[in-house]
Order: sequence, then C-alpha cells, then structure tokens
Amino acid sequence: MSIDLILFLGIALIAVGTAISMLASRNAVYSALFLVLNFITVAALYLLLNAAFIAVVQVTVYAGAIMVLFLFVIMLLGTEEEQVGKDISWQTPVAVILGSGLAAELGYVLLTGQRDVAGPLQAVGPEFGSPASVGRVLFNEFLIPFEITSVLLLVAMVGAIILTLNRRKVSP
Amino acid sequence: MNIDPSYILALSGVLFTLGVLGVLIRRNAIVIFMSIELMLNAANLAFITFARTMGPATEGLRGHVIVFFVIAVAAAEVAVGLALIVAIFRSRQSIDVDDIASLRG
Repeated sequence: MSIDLILFLGIALIAVGTAISMLASRNAVYSALFLVLNFITVAALYLLLNAAFIAVVQVTVYAGAIMVLFLFVIMLLGTEEEQVGKDISWQTPVAVILGSGLAAELGYVLLTGQRDVAGPLQAVGPEFGSPASVGRVLFNEFLIPFEITSVLLLVAMVGAIILTLNRRKVSP
Repeated sequence: MNIDPSYILALSGVLFTLGVLGVLIRRNAIVIFMSIELMLNAANLAFITFARTMGPATEGLRGHVIVFFVIAVAAAEVAVGLALIVAIFRSRQSIDVDDIASLRG
C-alpha cells in the first residue's frame, strides 16, 4: 500500500464523513459548516491532482463566498432547526433504495467502463494546472464562454436583487 | 499522486449519491440546495481526475477550464436560488418543502 493511497484514503474518509454528517445534522448551520469542510478536503484532493488554480478557486469561491452566503441566509431567516414529526413515513426508505440503486449503477459503470475511456493518471510537470496555463487555455479557446459567464453573473445579481425587493412599501 | 483513477472516480460517485440522498431525504430547502452543491462538487472532482489522465497537453487543461465555469455558474445559481428561498420565506414563513404545496391539484 503506497503512501499516495493512504493519503487518498484519509482524504476520502474525511470527505465522505463530512458529507454524511451534512445530511444527518438537524441544524442547518452545522450542515453548512460540514459542507465547508467537505469542500476544503476536496480542494486538498485537487492539489494532489495537480490542479492548484482550481483548488484555490474552490476554497475562495465555494468554501468562502458561496457558503458564507448560505450561512447568512440561514441565520437571516432563523430556520436552523427542522421541525420533527412531520416526516412522510416511506420517504427515507424509498430514498435509500433509490440512492443505493444509483450507487450500484455508478459503481458498475466505473469498474467496467472507466478503463476504456481513460488510462491511468499521467505524470505532469509543475506547470500543469497553474494559473498561467489554465488562463492561457481559458482566454485562447474559451473566450466567448468566459464573457457569457460574466454576463450570466450580472444577470444573476440583478435577478437576486429583483426577487428580494420588498414591494410592500411601494403598494400597501 | 499516482493511484488508480477509478478510486477517485468512485469517491466522486459516492459523494454524488450522498448529494442525491440529501435532496430526497431532507425537507429544509436550504439543505436541499447545499446537497445540489455537493453533487456539482462531485462532478467537478471527476472532471479534474479525467484531466489528469489526459497528460500534460492542453487537452487536460480544458477539464480545469470546465470546472472553472461550473464554479462560476454555481455562484450565479446560488445567488438566484437563495433569493428565491428568501422570497418564499417572506410569503409563507417557512422553507420546509412540504409546506410549499399550493400548486398541488
């Protein structure tokens, strides 16, 4: 058992553990914090896969900006605790059955088909995945999608403001 | 790191399945939303893994660029989605998805 495999198994254990804790927490704030931890462990995995730029973007944008937005809304609405006792009785068993079906299919596809589409991990230099190399591909091959993404973010910002605008003051 | 990529893809599949379970089981709209983020994250992990299997050429870096776009679109999605949740909470005083059933026939 190589050191890489031990490292990976440790990270995978933390990632799966935090994901399960996120699902199991009754308090939405704990769920959000477990998800932050999950994003950071996945960022560590990105670093091990030579994706330095994406790892840093993951930590700053996902674990930083997006999850702060989630925590802010949870605390603003004051809906941390989920009401208990209103469960549909068959919901969880059906969900577990469907989920294990999906897991079985994913496992089958990965174990049988993966070797046909992709080979083993290739050795790459330190240049691979650096901000400079990713930026070169981004601005040479994906310039139009990049600009469209900026417009999309602008539209999302305007949409969020319009949706949360309090109109009651205007028309009582 | 030099391990069999199918291990990482299996981890990606497990995380995706946990996200699906979260959407199916939980009733708090914000937690459902966080589960969707978990699924996006699992897909990103598969993209990064496949990028490493392509070797040092620029073909691999396209996977990184796609992940970059996914993160940017997820940010836009979160902004609009949370605004919708806030608007629903204002009109119904609840974000339990079982309570939001006024369209049911």
